[in-house]
Amino acid sequence: MANENKANKQPMPALTAADFEPVNINERESEVIKRESLTAWRDTWERLRSNKVAMSGLMALVLIILASIFAPMISYWVHGYDYQTNDLLATNQPPSSLHWFGTDDLGRDMFVRTWSGARISLIVGVAAALIDLLIGVIYGGIMGYFGGRVDTIMNKFSEILYAIPYLLVTILLLVVFEPSLGTIILALTITGWINMSWIVRGEIMKLKNREYVLASRSMGAGTGRLLFRHLLPNASGPIIVTLTLSVPSAIFAESFLSFLGLGVQAPISSLGSMVENALTGWMYYPWRMLFPAVLISVIMLAFNLLGDGLRDALDPSLKNK
Amino acid sequence: MARYITSKLIYTLLSLFILITATFFLMKAIPGDPFMSEKEIPAAIRARLDAQYGLDKPILTQYVNYLGNIVQGDLGISMKKLNQEVSSIVGQTFGVSLRLGLIAVVVSIIVGVTLGLMAALYHRKFIDSAVMIIAVIGIAVPSFVLASLLQYSLGLKAGIFPITGLRTPLGYVLPVIALSAGPIAYIARLTRSSMLEVLHADYIKTAKAKGLKWPAILWKHVIRNGILPVVTYVGPMTANIITGSVVVERIFGIGGIGKVFVESISNRDYTMIMGITLFYGIILMAARFITDIVYVLVDPRIKLTSGKEG
Repeated sequence: MANENKANKQPMPALTAADFEPVNINERESEVIKRESLTAWRDTWERLRSNKVAMSGLMALVLIILASIFAPMISYWVHGYDYQTNDLLATNQPPSSLHWFGTDDLGRDMFVRTWSGARISLIVGVAAALIDLLIGVIYGGIMGYFGGRVDTIMNKFSEILYAIPYLLVTILLLVVFEPSLGTIILALTITGWINMSWIVRGEIMKLKNREYVLASRSMGAGTGRLLFRHLLPNASGPIIVTLTLSVPSAIFAESFLSFLGLGVQAPISSLGSMVENALTGWMYYPWRMLFPAVLISVIMLAFNLLGDGLRDALDPSLKNK
Repeated sequence: MARYITSKLIYTLLSLFILITATFFLMKAIPGDPFMSEKEIPAAIRARLDAQYGLDKPILTQYVNYLGNIVQGDLGISMKKLNQEVSSIVGQTFGVSLRLGLIAVVVSIIVGVTLGLMAALYHRKFIDSAVMIIAVIGIAVPSFVLASLLQYSLGLKAGIFPITGLRTPLGYVLPVIALSAGPIAYIARLTRSSMLEVLHADYIKTAKAKGLKWPAILWKHVIRNGILPVVTYVGPMTANIITGSVVVERIFGIGGIGKVFVESISNRDYTMIMGITLFYGIILMAARFITDIVYVLVDPRIKLTSGKEG
């Protein structure tokens, strides 16, 4: 705070007669638009692109997605391993040219398992976020658009659901129903959509009294057209940010559940269960912990950085909040 | 105010009721019951056991009894630990977890607020960037990863801290760091943005203009106003620390309630899982309820117009 006055202390440059010449601007010329006009999305993209941190998050994500698709295949072609091929004569091997990330306690190749685990994490994270988006947009759209009593009742209902700790519900569901990719995604979405619905509700409430909505309505646009042509596209900024930031929380939840043994079941690999598995032999075989632990952290970090960057790019007024 | 508290209380109880109901019916959906074992139990003994625990009654009666038991603090009997009540196991192990959790809460608040304040005061300087980097990493790295890495590096390789247990004060260091990293990151971000807002407020200019000393402004105006949003984080923080403690206790071999929870999940001790879930649920909902109330109490700017908040 103390340095606010510094800007005022710079010496004024000396003025010469040239500084007092009239500039003679042609008024018509000054109205000409010289800069290429940008659409809102181009503008956002430009702002995002100039954000180095967010872009490195995006780059990391693209690389991780590509690796999680192709790395297991490459390993299969080169060495003939898939995620469950085990070699009991080569258990707990350190990283080598044969096993790039080493092997686990059953002699399975860690390189393949780590990247297929990342694949599971990404699928769960993205699928859960998309389902949240679908339910959240519908529920929040109805709340925000209709308002009044409908809104009050639906909002109270979502508040009551939201107060129930979601990881506990997820754990309960997965204890009762056999954990599989589908049930995990379902369990994660059972209360995960609420946050999205609140974002959508808030945006729609803000937007629905704008003039363009009134204009469209007066020209006879129906509810569906108003919602999907006018309200939701204009609310897409905060929705995209929420979507991006809800992916890492789903990924965290998945790895946490896998750590507890409630994730996808063996032999399918998951980063969470790999970390849990590695705990026992951690002192002698640190690489078994290191690769999945680092990868899960990098995935979460990349999504968080991208989400923060998107928020800044979509709404520059929120910067540094 | 009384009306606000009552309505919040009613909603909290409703949420709790839904959780209890869901727990009960999910438990009934699982095949088997507390008296199932590998050995066949004679039918007569079976019938007496069922009668003693009310399992022969219709499901709705059982449900009502279950509700009644929970109100009295009875969470049922463990399916795997013979003749042990869930509530007594919870009672025995909760103390350890509570102590660890409370230390983590205190550390999170002190460190988080300090970091956030430093970042705001040195906005766009080195300290600011450093704090923000710590915050992003703290949010991104899952507690189980951090706990394992700490255990390996500082515990095993460097040998500074004990690897497991809480026998010495030093034993608390690593679990507390692992538990509080996430909350510290959130609190630092929250404090930073709210302090930045306060620092640019007109009343700070006024305070400066009237010649108040900077430490006095900082303490009386900046910190007191900037710390308010942190109160809203108490609810999520409790959730964060409970989630963390489940994992951290497992990794550091601490005999708290989280460890019991993980064990009961891995050997499918259903009544124990349900009981601890409810117990956690009650704590979390209570934390959220208290947060809502305290926030209104401490922030004079929030006006309570009947039921129209949020």
